[in-house]
Amino acid sequence: MNSQSSQIQYIWQYLPLLLQVLAAFGLGIGMVVASWFIGRHRNTKTKLEVYECGIEAVGDARGRFSVRFYMVAMLFILFDVEVVFMMPWAVIYRQLPKITGSQWFGFWEMIVYLGFIAVALFYIVKKGILDWSTDKGDL
Amino acid sequence: MHLILFIIFAGFCLAGAINLLLQTHPINSALSLIVVMSSLAVLYLLLGAEFLAIAQIIVYAGAVMVLFTFVVMLLNVGEEEKTHGSKAAKIIGFPAIVAAFSVLTTVILAIQNKLGGVKLSDGVTPMTELSTVLFRDMLLPFELTSVLILVAILGAVALARKEGHR
Amino acid sequence: MSIWLFLLFSILKVAVVTAIFLGGVAYTVLLERKVVGRIQNRWGPSRVGPFGLWQPMVDGLKLFLKEDFIPAGVYRPLYLTAPLIALGCSLLSIAVVPFGSQDITVHGVKVFELADLNIGLLVLLGVTSMSIYGIALAGWSSNNKYSLLGSLRSSAQMISYELALGLSLVGVVLRTGSFSLADIVKAQSAHGALSWNILGGGQIIAFLIYITAAYAETNRAPFDLPEAETELVAGYHTEYSSMKFAMFFMAEYGNMITVSCVATLLFFGGWNSPFGHLFPEPQNIVIQALLALFWFIIKVFFFLFLYIWVRGTLPRFRYDQLMGFGWRYLLPIAMLNIVGTSLVLSALMANS
Repeated sequence: MNSQSSQIQYIWQYLPLLLQVLAAFGLGIGMVVASWFIGRHRNTKTKLEVYECGIEAVGDARGRFSVRFYMVAMLFILFDVEVVFMMPWAVIYRQLPKITGSQWFGFWEMIVYLGFIAVALFYIVKKGILDWSTDKGDL
Repeated sequence: MHLILFIIFAGFCLAGAINLLLQTHPINSALSLIVVMSSLAVLYLLLGAEFLAIAQIIVYAGAVMVLFTFVVMLLNVGEEEKTHGSKAAKIIGFPAIVAAFSVLTTVILAIQNKLGGVKLSDGVTPMTELSTVLFRDMLLPFELTSVLILVAILGAVALARKEGHR
Repeated sequence: MSIWLFLLFSILKVAVVTAIFLGGVAYTVLLERKVVGRIQNRWGPSRVGPFGLWQPMVDGLKLFLKEDFIPAGVYRPLYLTAPLIALGCSLLSIAVVPFGSQDITVHGVKVFELADLNIGLLVLLGVTSMSIYGIALAGWSSNNKYSLLGSLRSSAQMISYELALGLSLVGVVLRTGSFSLADIVKAQSAHGALSWNILGGGQIIAFLIYITAAYAETNRAPFDLPEAETELVAGYHTEYSSMKFAMFFMAEYGNMITVSCVATLLFFGGWNSPFGHLFPEPQNIVIQALLALFWFIIKVFFFLFLYIWVRGTLPRFRYDQLMGFGWRYLLPIAMLNIVGTSLVLSALMANS
């Protein structure tokens, strides 16, 4: 037992990740294929129909849906960018006084940033975009 | 070894992009775009930009493409119809592509020395370096992204509103 | 050390971890059925083997032998890939989790961790954001109204709570200054339970946000709306049968295990003993490793039990309440927690 890990380059640490992806997909495909061959197949027309608790299905499932779902997805992108930008700040926060030369500068940087985000969040809450039960938000 | 990985994932990237254009079903195109985004992330990683790679996965593959798939899935967009396209497009289009491509190549080759090289490297840029640049030298652009997010949210809300509703 | 040795060890580790992980998944199912059974004043599985211990094996075998049929209306390519994406993301996220002491290496390869990444925490977030596709595509490709509704609800719920999840991690990163999960654990090793992030780190709010968001992220009770049996039959996997259904099932329980592991690592000191250096440490390195593993497993087990306990106790949320809760309460609280943590940290640094 010795520690020689410095001899392998860091980038190789991603190799197990790649192997894990391959293992996962291999396992998944293997299981499905095996059960496909093991299980019996006896298909009837009714069996292959859409399952709707025994009632005959009416129409296609692919319809249009409330715009709120799109709103959530759109807002998610924007807030996700915020989260991603928080990360490099958080990781270096303890060293920020040394880097910027001021004790509280790093703190105020993020307060300003979060301030705008908070205004945005306040706005969408007030607009009722996130109110799923009432029809307040004119969506 | 890096070169091999680069070629593999650049191949994925190109294959995804070409598939994106060839598929007739929008959802397949969206999924090909996810493949493109993810292989781009791997290419960033091979260049040593660890954070950029994972940000690419989280923001582009994980967030932007979710919206795309949502739209494709729920608007019930059918198969695209293949048209033969206009003749003018074929006649002008291909020479135009070749011209644009050659212009780009000459420009890049001409200023190659000024661009500064990026090598496929074993080293990984530490996050602290990125953060130092971001929070000292690039502070204003960083703060402006929050304003951008705010404006984008206002825009999104305005877009989704019912028309003619006060 | 040669790269081939590293490759060999990596393959070995991947095989062992995957096998243990899948075993863990099987027995988490049994644990859940047992505990929920006791909560509801019944026995749970008790016939197959002692205490029903063979039940998961028999269930697995049964699913294997079941007929695997593909309904007529489905969009095949995606219908077949969706379970693969779900299981793949679930298995991938365990790869960055360190299980035990980092000091134990064989020929320079860490024994208790698959991939020792500087950005392990972010990789977890990335995998979580990709796992949405498994569910979204499953629902859409099934061409079934229940499936589509389930997957729609689930995707919207997952992306909403992912924000709070990401922000709750920031507090921990602020304290540690690293995304490496091993570093985060090392930063909590000084004084036993007192220096864990949840107590000494003052991250209890972040912990509560994390655990709530993670429950929603894994579609578990009380946020199991995508599978609300009374409304949606089985949600996004209504049209799936045999092993393809089992893959969704395994992915869900695998995600539970990963969440438990991450909660342990981030907030409960990972493999550190709660007593710190109160007792003399054993000299033998093998015993040390086993002890570290023991504490880790105990903590993970506690979180799994918590999952089941919550499921047995709380009623299901209503969908509008669920979305409102995530956006209007969890998200602002997570942001306030970041402000508070950085304020305290700056004040402490200014004093010293």
